[in-house]
Amino acid sequence: MGLLSDPNRRRALTNLLTRLNAPICVVCYLAGVMWFMGLAFEPFTLRTYMSENAMGSTMVEEHFPAGERALATGREFAAHKKKVGGMPVNWLVKTMESRGLEVFTQSFTRKLPFPDENKERYLVRGTNVYGILRAPRASRTEALVLTAPCSQGNANNQAVGLLLGLAQYFRSQVYWAKDIIFLVNEHDLIGMQAWLEGYHHTNTTGGDWSPLHGRGGSIQASLSLELSSDVITSLDLVLEGLNGQLPNLDLANLFHAFCQKIGVLCTIQGKLQRNDWESTSGYSHSAQTMMLMVLKQASGRPWGDHGLFLRYHIEAATIRGINSFRQYKTDTTTIGRLLEGMYRKLNNLLERLHQSYFFYLMPSLTRFVSIGYYMPAFGLLAVILLLRALDLWVQLGASAPGTEDGLAEREQSPSSPGVLSILTPVVISHMTGVALYCLPVMSQEMAVQHFPVSETEAVVLTAIAIYTAGLALPHNTHRLLQGEGTEHGWRVLKLVALLYLAVLLGCTALINFSLGFILALSLVPIAAFITPHTHKPLSAAIMVLLSPGCTLLYCVLIFQELQETPVSLQDGWMLFLSVISQGILDHSLYGSLVYPLLALLIYPCWLLLWNILFWK
Amino acid sequence: KRNQCYFKRSLNVVCTSRFWFNYRHVANTLSVYRSVKRLGIPDSHIVLMLADDMACNHRNPKPATVFSHKNMELNVYGDDVEVDYRGYEVTVENFLRVLTGRLPPSTPRSKRLLSDDRSNILIYLTGHGGNGFLKFQDSEEISNVELADAFEQMWTKRRYNELLFIIDTCQGASMYERFYSPNIMALASSQVGEDSLSHQPDLAIGVHLMDRYTFYLLEFLEDIHPSSTTNMKDLFKVCPKSQCVSTPGHRTDLFLRDPGSVLITDFFGSVRKVEITTDTINLTAPMVHLEDTRPVRELRTEIQTYMDQLPVAEIIHQKPKQKDWHPPDGFILGLWTLILLVFFKTYGIKHLKHIF
Repeated sequence: MGLLSDPNRRRALTNLLTRLNAPICVVCYLAGVMWFMGLAFEPFTLRTYMSENAMGSTMVEEHFPAGERALATGREFAAHKKKVGGMPVNWLVKTMESRGLEVFTQSFTRKLPFPDENKERYLVRGTNVYGILRAPRASRTEALVLTAPCSQGNANNQAVGLLLGLAQYFRSQVYWAKDIIFLVNEHDLIGMQAWLEGYHHTNTTGGDWSPLHGRGGSIQASLSLELSSDVITSLDLVLEGLNGQLPNLDLANLFHAFCQKIGVLCTIQGKLQRNDWESTSGYSHSAQTMMLMVLKQASGRPWGDHGLFLRYHIEAATIRGINSFRQYKTDTTTIGRLLEGMYRKLNNLLERLHQSYFFYLMPSLTRFVSIGYYMPAFGLLAVILLLRALDLWVQLGASAPGTEDGLAEREQSPSSPGVLSILTPVVISHMTGVALYCLPVMSQEMAVQHFPVSETEAVVLTAIAIYTAGLALPHNTHRLLQGEGTEHGWRVLKLVALLYLAVLLGCTALINFSLGFILALSLVPIAAFITPHTHKPLSAAIMVLLSPGCTLLYCVLIFQELQETPVSLQDGWMLFLSVISQGILDHSLYGSLVYPLLALLIYPCWLLLWNILFWK
Repeated sequence: KRNQCYFKRSLNVVCTSRFWFNYRHVANTLSVYRSVKRLGIPDSHIVLMLADDMACNHRNPKPATVFSHKNMELNVYGDDVEVDYRGYEVTVENFLRVLTGRLPPSTPRSKRLLSDDRSNILIYLTGHGGNGFLKFQDSEEISNVELADAFEQMWTKRRYNELLFIIDTCQGASMYERFYSPNIMALASSQVGEDSLSHQPDLAIGVHLMDRYTFYLLEFLEDIHPSSTTNMKDLFKVCPKSQCVSTPGHRTDLFLRDPGSVLITDFFGSVRKVEITTDTINLTAPMVHLEDTRPVRELRTEIQTYMDQLPVAEIIHQKPKQKDWHPPDGFILGLWTLILLVFFKTYGIKHLKHIF
């Protein structure tokens, strides 16, 4: 007889499964965590290399001469910006036209669902200005984009100056095979979203913008420049985009290749690369860099203006100039040469960047881990859920014949009250999730009327209130249902919850590995070991401590710690509140999926487990 | 011995790669084209196939030029380049049709290789290749067997007298391994398993300008003038391993004459011997057949001999190849272990003493 159909063998296997289940789960969990931490260990990573043939080995001699003139233009821009009190549209249009570009503007308006306290805006009105440099001999089928944001105060003036300087230099060259679009966007991400939506004729987030009159063909790649000082000591590369999407690794390789050629210090996550991977401090440095990338990717927000391009399959990255206390300074001409070299290489592209990896983690700028190496860490955690589900299935299968042979207390088959009794907690949990998703924004006016708080605080506190109110649900739902509370019932519910959680985390990890992994780290232990029979106060405390909300709080604290700006618990809490409000804003402004995922799917799942804990 | 000057020259110069980063293949081809034109072969006898247009590529910072040297001394594109097959017309099918002459009747003369049994043909191929194939246009390949068969067709149709085949690709020697038609001499830039390397990058244009083998071949050809007497043995010495990094190869076993007696200009140059006479020749009188006063020397009745296409004798009496001893496969080991285990299990270990 076959291995699984022979009842003796099957009983032996299931006995083995039941006996060894808990130890295997613990081992898998530890193995998953250790695998993940081992990803930062240098011998386990691969060196980055250029995969695209068209951006091949030959380098061009860069000749950009006009760094000082770019700085002067930047100062002019700053003066006009201060005079106008916003984006100096007329001056920009005139300057771009004098450099020989085809200039167009786009105005946009956006009303945020509630005021953004970080950036202090509520009703946003702005203009994007962009100039197109037409390729001298090519047809207008492909384009490259260089953007610099128009920020408030004294930030990013040099970026705009350098952008205009490069525009003038590029205009006098004959070797451009693609159109180059020089974009100055106002109100950073909101302006960028309006421009991209106008360019691609989509309107996914409900903004109001004027249509674009000038286009340049399909955009192949884009770079966003942030430069706020005349000289810099290093260049930082920012890759993480919306919903944790990353550009093709070849873009990072290109940046690194040029940094090495030109001799500029380059960093990622603001951290320089170290050579001593054998030592503990070297390893912890790489681990910190990787953890920063993981946390930034898990947050699902775009960490630079480039983050919104990725959704349209345009490879984009942000280059940020950093001026710190080092002796060796790099001037604007060198940065201009680096950008010129990068654009000449991108000019040689025949197709979009696709040869290198799209899913990777970078413990440093020259080392990466691809999806094939980091996915097993998540797989080990997901296996725990499946093992527990299998165990429960075996228990359910063993108990069902038992009750049939037993006294005929229940006339119906054991399964039907099971299905009905679990449907109620599932539905109620998901309704709470829907409430958590909709109510905070909808009810902010009512909250502001009744409580002395601002709109943002109202939204955030309502969200926390609904989250905490969900904790009281099991006691209330049990009043609605009569007399099911069986052993069988909670097992079925737990089986459903485990499978649901496994599918949810699996899908999340495929799209955004970091988010899936972090949620798995906190949710898998409680999903695996929660039963109504464990010690209730202790289990309840652990469940609350490992709930998605608290996981978010820990992530915020760890992120601050890794950025070397540790915060106290009080400041951490304020930061946590602002993170929640930013999450809700990101979702409504740019379509970030982290908040809906947590509110509509993860939180109900956790509530189901909470229900199991308090099952009577 | 017939004077080689009586033989026409024809050329087929092919570049098989497209895309901007394969600039050097086009520069290779144009350099060879330019050299043979300088040595006297007219465009009507050259079929030039270029798979991509580098001179007018949008990325070319010096439009309408193709340079072969990084100091930009020589624009090999020039004003009088006549490209016969361009862009997507360079396919394996078109190449083979040009060689074998099986072209539709509407094909213009410039696209035909007008050769007959009194033509010496030079074929120069460059691009990306591998062991036994050459890549055309990033979408198809020509194998060495196909090429050998095409040359055999040419031989059967008496489309050449002698053929010189030069190939500059990675693993180029694999392309001439399968030739079996007589009167073919072949040169390649690298052996099987070796890569042919490119020569110098140009920092203004941003690409490699030429391949090493063709670069040194060109340097060699620059010293040839229409009346030079350099022979093929010197051509074989072009680009030794110290300069080329790869080992150039050549094949002369199918060629009937001694390579040392073959002049470079037999293939690369076109020499017309002119005899000036001051006597008047009367053309009005009817022609009188002259006696054949040439001394009868060892005239071979058939200059060309056919190569044995299926050398059965060699195959049958071939010595078996000396194979390296391999330790037995895991499978064999496992099988024997299994057999032994079964034996001992069935019969018990005590029978061991009966065996040993």
